[in-house]
Amino acid sequence: MKQEEGAKKEKGNGKKENNSRFPVIFLGVVVGIYCIVAMMDTTIAIRALETFGGILRQIIPVLILVFVLMFVIDLLIKPKTIAKHLGSKSGLTGWFIAIIAGIIATGPVYVWYSMLADFREKGMRTALAGVFLYMRSVKLPFMPVMIYYFGGLYTAVLTIYLIVFSVVVGLVCEAAVGKEEIPTSMDKKPEKMP
Amino acid sequence: MNMDIRASGKKTYQSVLQVIPQILGILLLVSLLLTVIPPEWYGIIFSGRPIADPIAGAAMGSVAAGNPVTSYVIGGELLNTGISLTAVTAFIIAWVTVGVIQLPVEMNILGKRFAIARNICGFIFAILIAILTEVTLSLLGGIL
Repeated sequence: MKQEEGAKKEKGNGKKENNSRFPVIFLGVVVGIYCIVAMMDTTIAIRALETFGGILRQIIPVLILVFVLMFVIDLLIKPKTIAKHLGSKSGLTGWFIAIIAGIIATGPVYVWYSMLADFREKGMRTALAGVFLYMRSVKLPFMPVMIYYFGGLYTAVLTIYLIVFSVVVGLVCEAAVGKEEIPTSMDKKPEKMP
Repeated sequence: MNMDIRASGKKTYQSVLQVIPQILGILLLVSLLLTVIPPEWYGIIFSGRPIADPIAGAAMGSVAAGNPVTSYVIGGELLNTGISLTAVTAFIIAWVTVGVIQLPVEMNILGKRFAIARNICGFIFAILIAILTEVTLSLLGGIL
């Protein structure tokens, strides 16, 4: 029964649904802070809300574009299919796929740890796991926000450096791991996610 | 195909529900900090030193966690207050590539050496990439 419930929470691409209440609690705490500030000094709270309104008006069109991109990417690209091609004999294609898979992977990083551990147990090259995790730093749907704040040239230059350095990170991780055994599912302690 | 559209629509909707409160919360916090903290206070942490600033930025990004878009918003607003692009870049890179909070979980699932090597690399490269990005941009003629 418990297994069935667990399976229901598991998505088709192997990721667990992220229905955390943290965002709402976080927003509630921030609103609470504003209430305390308003009680102490109403002027500061009003000035902060004016600043907030100004930033929000500028960012709303960018956020709409972000959500459209998130929908299109989720519809067209299935991360689980791509992740299957990250085997130890994948060669240059494996590096390329690890980079692309890292870029399109969505959700918090820790939801991918288990999947990567499974793939490594099944022969995935350690360097490619490092590349995959590092390339999560490039997020296509959020690019409009980065371009809005930092410009197109900055975004392009940074993305190129991140791609190049992801390979270095992968190789360093592989060298550091050496013959360290990957913790199996029996070794893993259940821990609370942050 | 209709099922796919519906599934992707549902997933995007759930992501929107998760992202919107976080962005609103962060924007409210950033707005409050911008109002309360005078710009000269940032000078205590970010003093304009070419090496110390990205180290401070990377350290801040390493202990923070959350959606990458949040780091862009915070970084963009920090940039507007006059903090150097190198510090902000190190901050937004470390935000995603280094996870001090998730480190115990990463070590448990992917192995100690892997997790530690990956996070140390993430920290060092955040500083290095930030410096390289600034140098490259200055060679290419600045931010577009």
